[in-house]
Amino acid sequence: MPEPILEVRDLTVHFYTYAGIVKAIEKVSFDVYKGETFALVGETGCGKSVTSRALTQLIESPGRIVGGKVIYHRDDGSTVDLLRLKEEEIREIRGKEIAYIFQDPHASLDPLYTVGYQIAEAMVVHGTVKDWKEGFKRAVDILRRVLIPDPESRVKNYPHELSGGMKQRVVIGIGVSNNPRILIADEPTTALDVTVQAQILDLMNKLKEEYKTTVILITHNMGVVAEMADRVAVMYAGKIVEIGSVDQIFKNPLHPYTQGLLKAVPNPLARIEKLETIPGTVPNLITPPSGCRFHPRCPRVMGICKEEVPKLKEMEPGHFVACHLY
Amino acid sequence: MSEPILKVENLKKYFPIRGLLRTVGYVKAVDGVSFEINKGETFGLVGESGCGKTTTGRTILRLIEPTDGNITFEGKDVTRLKGEEMKWFRRKAQIMFQDPYSSLNPRQTVFEIIMEPVRFHGIEVDDPEEFVIKLLESVGLNEMHLYRYPHEFSGGQRQRIALARLLALKPEFIVLDEPTSALDVSVQATILNMMKELQREHGFTYLFISHDLGVVKYMSHRMGVMYLGKLVEVGPADKVFENPLHPYTKFLLSAIPVPDPELARELKKQRMKVEGEPPSPINPPAGCRFHPRCPFVKDVCRREEPPLVEVEKDHYVACWLYAKS
Repeated sequence: MPEPILEVRDLTVHFYTYAGIVKAIEKVSFDVYKGETFALVGETGCGKSVTSRALTQLIESPGRIVGGKVIYHRDDGSTVDLLRLKEEEIREIRGKEIAYIFQDPHASLDPLYTVGYQIAEAMVVHGTVKDWKEGFKRAVDILRRVLIPDPESRVKNYPHELSGGMKQRVVIGIGVSNNPRILIADEPTTALDVTVQAQILDLMNKLKEEYKTTVILITHNMGVVAEMADRVAVMYAGKIVEIGSVDQIFKNPLHPYTQGLLKAVPNPLARIEKLETIPGTVPNLITPPSGCRFHPRCPRVMGICKEEVPKLKEMEPGHFVACHLY
Repeated sequence: MSEPILKVENLKKYFPIRGLLRTVGYVKAVDGVSFEINKGETFGLVGESGCGKTTTGRTILRLIEPTDGNITFEGKDVTRLKGEEMKWFRRKAQIMFQDPYSSLNPRQTVFEIIMEPVRFHGIEVDDPEEFVIKLLESVGLNEMHLYRYPHEFSGGQRQRIALARLLALKPEFIVLDEPTSALDVSVQATILNMMKELQREHGFTYLFISHDLGVVKYMSHRMGVMYLGKLVEVGPADKVFENPLHPYTKFLLSAIPVPDPELARELKKQRMKVEGEPPSPINPPAGCRFHPRCPFVKDVCRREEPPLVEVEKDHYVACWLYAKS
């Protein structure tokens, strides 16, 4: 039986804008197991990034976490609801036990400090090293761990002296500097070329095996999901529509949205005569559609879909879907 | 189908790097690229950031003046066109850009956006409104959208407007520069299908530039792979994917994450390992430009540039593994 490390229940985040309340995510529930790679996939605006940030209260005004629980199982066996912690308390965990890697390596690094300083800073702030001197020494090891050639001299470089792929390695280095138990990677390779992407994904897999880190991967790229994930949650318009193992999701997708999404990806290894499309566009989340949020675009819509919000149902062991067809 | 509408020979584009008083060097963005595109076909151009694929596309249209080389469009030498003939070329050859947020004027309505080039080229239209509505309908929009502004549309809809604008001029050749890179997959699929449909209907010739190999495979009849300003492989898209010849092409193909978990596990084991990143196009490596990273490097690769040779029918590669020195 896999052991959960995070249990997310009914997580709801709203953004209070002049145009109205944007219901970015609504009652999102899932478990993340120890040591796995859990992928959150979906298209722009589906709420995958908001979900990942809300886990450690990283939501800024006008956004607010309206409800839900994020139960975190600590190393000593105790549990804690991350959403109930005070700012000082969550800061102890964020960046140390739960670390983030963001999409844009240019924006994640401060152009005024050397990369060594920035890696050391992450450790000094969390007290994992005793002083800055040790921090700088460890920074060299970390650069070596993320496979940056010539780390002794690279540690003195400023971000502008590194390529995009190198910068993302540094960002990953900062992320893993405190040996986090959970690493949340939000589109870590989207800004990179495919060959560099392959190198970074390899690196993440290697680090994960070495340190037994649990990874939460946020991406829109189905190829990256197939390659990296153990389990997958598919999001649409602020809701999780399907959760399952990577094989269940790809071999036997149940939700019409998941099915459509998979058929819309041009697979370079297949001969495709015509890509299938999902008609319509993503709904406005100020006034989301009633019932199932996918119903206006669903090819198999029924009467009940407009009225009732479908709940996640377990169809085979570990494979959940929120759809009235089942 | 076999007649070339566009012929590019030894195209070069060097961007000068200016120092304090003089030019201190050149970025060799495109360095001797040759290919042909047949009427009615899609030629895909793939490569990573900075390989020169976008510069190639823009130089062909003379949005950037080429440093050297010949471009022949429908038998005319594009590099020498002037006046009325240039205006003819500007109408016949169009481009669609990557970013749907910056390629439309935010102060113009859809109607004005589409009519501006029509007026500029002096194309007679009986009823402009009806003319624009017809165009909008051909890209899946309608008269409701006629007097709206770009900010009221999503990314996918804006790319439709950009398509309608170039359709208005009845072009023959269209450069599509990463037209769907900014879009979500489900929207991308719709736009790609629409572009294929329009090609069938009007017989367009496309130069399709993209870094997404899956998209290039889906769209292209023939394709070219670029690395550091050079074409390293050219051939029918199916053949390039089934039987990649150049080590860089192999590397590129093996790096794509495949949307199939079972296959991905298999492929991961046999993935080609290539270290490092593309070097700078300011001082590109001598000989074959891929040699510092190539796992099959030989002596000759460091000294001499490999010629483009035909290995199987219509399938060319520039690599010393296949050429005789």
